[in-house]
Amino acid sequence: MMMKERDLLLEEPQTEEAEEPLHEVRVATTPVYYPPEFRWTNDQERCARCKRCIHQCGWKALRWEGRVVADDSKCVGCHRCEAFCPERCITILPNPQAFKEHGLWSVGHRRNLWKQAETGGVLLAGMGNDLPYQVLWDHLVLDACQVTNPSIDPAREPMELRTHLGRKPEAVEVRQNGDGFELVTALEPGIELSTPIVFAAMSYGSISLPAQKSIAMAACELGTLWNTGEGGLHDEVRPFANRAIVQCASGRFGVDVDYLNSGAGVEIKIGQGAKPGIGGHLPGEKVSQDVSETRMIPVGSDALSPAPQHDIYSIEDLRQLIFAIKEATNYEKPVSVKIAAVHNVAAIASGMVRAGADILYLDGFRGGTGAAPTTIRDHFGIPIEIAIAVVDQRLRDEGIRNQASIIAAGGIRSSADVAKAITLGADAVAIGTAALMALGCTLCQKCYTGRCSWGITTQDPQLTRRLDPNVGAQRLVNLVKAWSEELEEMLGALGVNSIESLRGSRERLRGIQLDRTTLEVLGVKPAGVGA
Amino acid sequence: MAKTMAAVQAAETREEMGIVIDAQGMHYRDLNRRLREAATEGEARFRLVNVNGQRYIGTGLKGDLHLEICGVPGNDLGAFLSGPTILVRNNAQDAIGNTMDSGSIIVKGDAGDVIGYGMRGGTIFINGNVGYRVGIHMKAYRQKSPVIVIGGAAGDFLGEYMAGGVIILLGLSERNGDPLVGNYCASGMHGGEIYLRGKVDPRHISPHAKIAQTKPTQIEHIRPHIAEFCTHFGYDADKVMGEPFFRLTPVSHRPYGAKYAT
Repeated sequence: MMMKERDLLLEEPQTEEAEEPLHEVRVATTPVYYPPEFRWTNDQERCARCKRCIHQCGWKALRWEGRVVADDSKCVGCHRCEAFCPERCITILPNPQAFKEHGLWSVGHRRNLWKQAETGGVLLAGMGNDLPYQVLWDHLVLDACQVTNPSIDPAREPMELRTHLGRKPEAVEVRQNGDGFELVTALEPGIELSTPIVFAAMSYGSISLPAQKSIAMAACELGTLWNTGEGGLHDEVRPFANRAIVQCASGRFGVDVDYLNSGAGVEIKIGQGAKPGIGGHLPGEKVSQDVSETRMIPVGSDALSPAPQHDIYSIEDLRQLIFAIKEATNYEKPVSVKIAAVHNVAAIASGMVRAGADILYLDGFRGGTGAAPTTIRDHFGIPIEIAIAVVDQRLRDEGIRNQASIIAAGGIRSSADVAKAITLGADAVAIGTAALMALGCTLCQKCYTGRCSWGITTQDPQLTRRLDPNVGAQRLVNLVKAWSEELEEMLGALGVNSIESLRGSRERLRGIQLDRTTLEVLGVKPAGVGA
Repeated sequence: MAKTMAAVQAAETREEMGIVIDAQGMHYRDLNRRLREAATEGEARFRLVNVNGQRYIGTGLKGDLHLEICGVPGNDLGAFLSGPTILVRNNAQDAIGNTMDSGSIIVKGDAGDVIGYGMRGGTIFINGNVGYRVGIHMKAYRQKSPVIVIGGAAGDFLGEYMAGGVIILLGLSERNGDPLVGNYCASGMHGGEIYLRGKVDPRHISPHAKIAQTKPTQIEHIRPHIAEFCTHFGYDADKVMGEPFFRLTPVSHRPYGAKYAT
């Protein structure tokens, strides 16, 4: 049919007969059995036969046959059933089924290979890189005051966590005005944070509306920021937009002039730590009526975010889009540019600042995602610890560090990681995975299936209604408040009373079990070496 | 660099039709700030003369405004445009109508690369030729369906990632024997329609698009756009419609549907 239509053309096609595309012959003739990852068990004596576990399982792994029966092949180990079992009689174990051990071929490698031999498809993964790479946070330790310099008790003395994001002037000029002073220098637009912790970009579509609303409400209550991701702004979260960074990415979903002006700032998303260099595909199944309205695309259509932004092929092009956004927002909003941390991150960051970015958002290779090809998630990019250090140093060396703030993300697990990130040179950190864990996530990494039993990474109304935004927001507020209090404790131990005094103060860090080159790249001395 | 508003306003005169701004030597920031301020004050019609490469003219402007541009405007003309009509009497440069939402941009001459990127609504009419990557990732939403009509020829990647709307390429002016459309036309296309008038080499069309001769009902569907094009630039619509058109539509609305192991 195709050829016939093409024959109508005035010039004959010169191409040879097209071969059948490979994906149309994906039928395995010899199905290979591969064992499930988990073994679901329940204690029959304690089981109350309440069937709650069956209802709670979003994966349909459990069924009733006079007792609860599990299909282990469907269990993802998310522990939703266990959390709701009144008798605490459920135990989920790693499948003890033993394979002949092999130092090269892990069971994970074997499982993936079998799956691909059967389907011929690209492997997908959710959340962040789960391979056991060295975690540099765990090889950095902070200094504390002893004898020669006094520490500060944060319970008695004020501690300042306030952080300002945006372009700062080289110097400020003030003049006396009566009894007071007034600022003569005109400041660029900035954003004040009550604490140097913001929420990472997660779109409505990748996460559910209750999940996004929880984060948005928490950001407003905390006086920090949330980020729309590339999913537009749903009416339900619009009231919280004054604390939102609105994202403009390659698909331009939901982006119009009102959207750009509705947030505290605008972010151009170039890349993401979990999938450097590639775009995103929100499958048509997830483009419900509501998702369609916020993304401004028809219901059921694939939402494809191309790998690059096709109006940005260079630093000069990036500058063009930054200033298009500044023009469209009357120079009233700071513009952030988000990139994945990659090998040449320092030079790229320098270019971004020179292109006019007010905020650099660096996403390390452990950053999370709703869906990414497993190979990209696990093998691309560099650790955020390295990226912060080299970018901060490069911008200082070039005398342009004041021109942009650095937000660091991708694997922040605790307030200690926050403190170390800031000491390495970040202005603030963003938390994504940690925020979702506060909402119930147990890191089963199946976000890409859209079946999240915790109602976080799904659009199924049966599942999303499990998450109450008021409860979710409170848990997020609790988490960030607790971390902030711990930050104050750490500042006290370090003998400083402001997070500003710790920023980029790498002399207060020491490395343990790190090789000389890594220490040099981090700009950190080894433990045991004094000032 | 930045001029005072008084200096900017000194370059203005008032005609019956509205404000005339002499953009000679004016920085784009001053020019665009003046346009935004005047629009806020209720001015609706503008004529900009001696425009010479100033970027972002009309970017982010909203409402029923009319801009006439004499000279060559710079990149990102009418980016994020939401309502206004912009008439360019000469050539225009890159990224016209970037992420445009509604309104109309009419260019009497040629235009550059990346026209109508991510465009969601409104119309763009280019009398002459256009460069690479035109109409990438155009998309339709509700009543909005973007339209780009090009009088001449187009470079590579026309309608790449196209998700909705209509691109019409007329090929009225022969460009030194260059083809009507460059390579990789419609690659990644998963929505919308592309109409090509006259000779098409199928090697230039991506396998992601189906090629068919246009049926009479489909021709009627695009007639209003071609009629408007002809009104803008003084062509005979019946004559333009007299040639056969080929129509490109996506092979699949789910190009990545079978990509992943589940």
